[in-house]
Amino acid sequence: MILAATTNESLAHTANVLVYSSMAVYTLAFFAHIAEWVLGSRSKVGRTAAALTGAGAKAAATVEVRTAEKEKGGGTAVLERPKVITRSAAGRRDVPDGPGAAGGSLKGDLYGRIAVSMTALGFLLEAAGVISRAMAVQRAPWGNMYEFSTTFSTVAVGTYLAFLLTKKNVRWIGLPLVTTVLLNLGIATTVLYTDSDQLVPALHSYWLWIHVSTAIFCGAVFYLGAVGTLFYLLRDVYESKIARGVAVGRAWSSVMERLPAAATLDKFSYRVNAAVFPLWTFTIIAGAIWAGDAWGRYWGWDPKEVWSFITWVAYACYLHARATAGWKGRKAATLALVAFGCWLFNYYGVNIFVTGKHSYAGV
Amino acid sequence: MSKTETTPAETAESAEAVKNAESADAAASAGSADETSLTPEATEARELGAAGSQLSTAPREESAVGGPSLGPIGWIRWFWRQLTSMRVALILLFMLSLAAIPGSLIPQNSVDELKVQTFQEKHGTVTPIYEKLQLFDVYSSVWFSAIYLLLFISLIGCIVPRTWQFVGQLRGRPPAAPKRLTRLPAYTTWRTTAEPEEAREAALAMLKRRRFRAHTAGDAVAAEKGYLREAGNLLFHIALIVMLVAFATGQLFKSEGGKLILEGDGFSNTLTQYDDFKSGSMYDSDDLEPFSFSLDKFVGTFERKGPQVGTAREFEAHVSYQTEAGGKERKAVIEVNEPLEVKGSKVYLIGHGYAPVLTVRDGKGKVVFKGATPLLPIDNNITSTGAIKVMDGYRDSKGKKQQLGFNAFFVPTFAGKGNGSMFSQFPELDYPVLALTGYVGSLGVDSGLPQNVYQLDTSKMKQFKDADGNKLAARLLPGETMKLPGGAGSVTFEKDIKEWATFTVSQQPGNGFALAGAIGAVLGLVGSLFIQRRRIWVRAVRGADGVTVVEMAGLGRSESAKLPEELGDLALTLNAEAPTAEEAADAAQESQENTDVSDTSTAAATTGEPVEGAEK
Ligand code: HEM
Repeated sequence: MILAATTNESLAHTANVLVYSSMAVYTLAFFAHIAEWVLGSRSKVGRTAAALTGAGAKAAATVEVRTAEKEKGGGTAVLERPKVITRSAAGRRDVPDGPGAAGGSLKGDLYGRIAVSMTALGFLLEAAGVISRAMAVQRAPWGNMYEFSTTFSTVAVGTYLAFLLTKKNVRWIGLPLVTTVLLNLGIATTVLYTDSDQLVPALHSYWLWIHVSTAIFCGAVFYLGAVGTLFYLLRDVYESKIARGVAVGRAWSSVMERLPAAATLDKFSYRVNAAVFPLWTFTIIAGAIWAGDAWGRYWGWDPKEVWSFITWVAYACYLHARATAGWKGRKAATLALVAFGCWLFNYYGVNIFVTGKHSYAGV
Repeated sequence: MSKTETTPAETAESAEAVKNAESADAAASAGSADETSLTPEATEARELGAAGSQLSTAPREESAVGGPSLGPIGWIRWFWRQLTSMRVALILLFMLSLAAIPGSLIPQNSVDELKVQTFQEKHGTVTPIYEKLQLFDVYSSVWFSAIYLLLFISLIGCIVPRTWQFVGQLRGRPPAAPKRLTRLPAYTTWRTTAEPEEAREAALAMLKRRRFRAHTAGDAVAAEKGYLREAGNLLFHIALIVMLVAFATGQLFKSEGGKLILEGDGFSNTLTQYDDFKSGSMYDSDDLEPFSFSLDKFVGTFERKGPQVGTAREFEAHVSYQTEAGGKERKAVIEVNEPLEVKGSKVYLIGHGYAPVLTVRDGKGKVVFKGATPLLPIDNNITSTGAIKVMDGYRDSKGKKQQLGFNAFFVPTFAGKGNGSMFSQFPELDYPVLALTGYVGSLGVDSGLPQNVYQLDTSKMKQFKDADGNKLAARLLPGETMKLPGGAGSVTFEKDIKEWATFTVSQQPGNGFALAGAIGAVLGLVGSLFIQRRRIWVRAVRGADGVTVVEMAGLGRSESAKLPEELGDLALTLNAEAPTAEEAADAAQESQENTDVSDTSTAAATTGEPVEGAEK
């Protein structure tokens, strides 16, 4: 087996430089996003109020059928396509999505685009950093908390960019995401930093690749879901205030107006959370199989295992709450935030404050 | 006709009610006064009689207040219905996650008994309270078990009726079209040149081609797809039960034994050979597989430089084993992640340490003891402590039978003299030093009480003192000898230092079931969360002016952008076979406006921009 001497120091150094560069670029993205929000605030947006107070025109939305119609006989009569009329469930507020941070301001939008480009560049640099770290240590780059954290934020940003690429309405995540990624990298490079090194024997396993990669991925996507949930709560409170005719401060209202509608945010976070829940289930199972190989029991109520289980049950609660009358909406959203809180505690709290068999924090 | 058919008007309304459980709930709580007056028939009608019902087998919510005034059987039924309701399942799930927390913060007997002892010594006042509350055994405590048992009773009570209901749905047919299709979440219409029958036939054929379950009922085709969602959901919940049962059998029938083996020594799998042995309450020790193995060599390597110096890098136990007494001998390497599997048992490598070899001679130079004694590591650099006990064969200078005991303190890499630290600097044997203090007297091993092999009971022993009356202590390098005072003999620290490894041999039936349950759970979840169950209705009737009007509408479990898209797709396909009639544009426009007018209060605009995601 390869021993410590193979740790390639210059590659490891390159990896660190790449991570620092990505931080610099993310910082630029952060300021560009701020500019986007600030410039966008000048534009007038009052669609929520209009929709909720009935002043807005009633609009039965139609969905254009995407399938291209076949040309018929060299373009004779182009037939009227069937238009699909949609309506949401009764009792739901019908509010159009906000225009986004730039709020229709061209200059704001330009800054927004710069921010997204910078985020993409930061992502490439960070991903290169993670990969060169992996090459430097000749193993999966997930042996300690520094490595988890860098991979974690890379995946979160990557998922966000993938959503953007598939034309999902997610640009509103940009600012909070970049902010927290910077925070996360700041902590990673200072408090959690660990020099590149080999693994303890318990981590020598292909399950490391499976279990840890899915765990990191789930965490990153759960994080995006949590941001969506948080914004949903804020926006939902705002919308219900407007609907009740309660006055809302102008600055706050300007921010809220530009977000998607509460219903959209709620759907977004539900889908994201529901989509990763099976993967999270798989992650725990993979961990149990690995524990069975490494420690002779697949489940031993080790703190890390307990908190993974708690996180899992908390997300199951959230999914059940959504299917249970009286628990939809804000209550379910709160459960989703609690569940993500459990995930965070499992990551930071258990690694740092609680000792168990999973002591590989390197701090 | 299936019993799901009711008057279309009712149907549409129920669809709405199902679509919007929020309002249903509001209605339920608002009408809690007449909740008791709601006959089971009425409930059933509400449950079954709708086009939108049965899109899921989720139990209906009942308000928690207003228990029956029916007598014991009524109460039992009420209680059962509460227990198997979604709301109670939710609360139980939440309680389960809360109840799991203390076990991760307070040391647990099942995880590390030593830690529990240390904790109890440190926190004298809370210990009795914690013990009463079973906080050192959270996961086998009465209250934790109560929660998960209730949860699983609830689960079974929920699953069985849901499964029957689902089977019923599979045998029945999709409910007929509601009267007013315009009320459904996705709707489209056009006037066509085709005859109504033609249009219906085309629709039926198309829907069947797309693997909908479809049939014609009256003037409309009713179709449904996505039953796998429900199947997945049921599979998931059943898999949870399988996992729990597997877990429980594993606990009841498992056995786990620990054994420390010196390099060169062997072990055969019988109860008496274990250092410690735990088993479940249903375990029978005759079940032990008759295999044996010996530790040929142990290899441990450690990080030599960098910030993690001293961290373990590789542990390998090279063993020879036989699967049955007298069987063929085979070689294997056991590593931390790679247990040796012999029939139903697994042998895991757990830990390792050093065993210095000592030779003890009496005053006449006769060897009374020679052997390796395993010492217990107390830190990561394998600073070790232990006791060497010379039970018999030793006679003191006066010829009296005595026993000898030595407390040993061993470091594989000594910091160097005058360096302040007696602790080891590195886990490998770079500069091994052994410190000994000796005692003579009775070891107390005959008292019948079990004794810790790593500790000396010095209550009936006298410590050796040097000429000045100080306690005798020597720090030995390999090959060196410590003389015991007064011609009591000598102790030699031999150059050959052995390594030992500890192994856990475990047998746990039910693992296969647990794994199967786990796989079923993941598959079920994927089906349940990624598949959308939806219904499509196509109505074709002759309008007042003699032209056929086609109406299509769709209803899904949850609001999804996919549904209108799919409906649009289907409409387009059908439109090819039932082409739009001449002045269609105006007429369609008109009919649209009509629907708008009739539904002004609820007509809703969702954005045309779908946010696609998990839900399909
Ligand atoms: C160990 C406990 C349980 C776990 C982890 C669990 C988990 C889940 C999950 C992940 C879903 C998917 C939610 C969705 O479709 O969005 C679900 C759905 C469901 N669960 Fe459970 N569940 C548990 C216990 C129960 C119990 C005790 C009941 C019975 C009352 C129950 C009834 C249901 C029902 C009816 C659905 C379908 C909801 C719907 O159609 O939307 N579950 N469960």
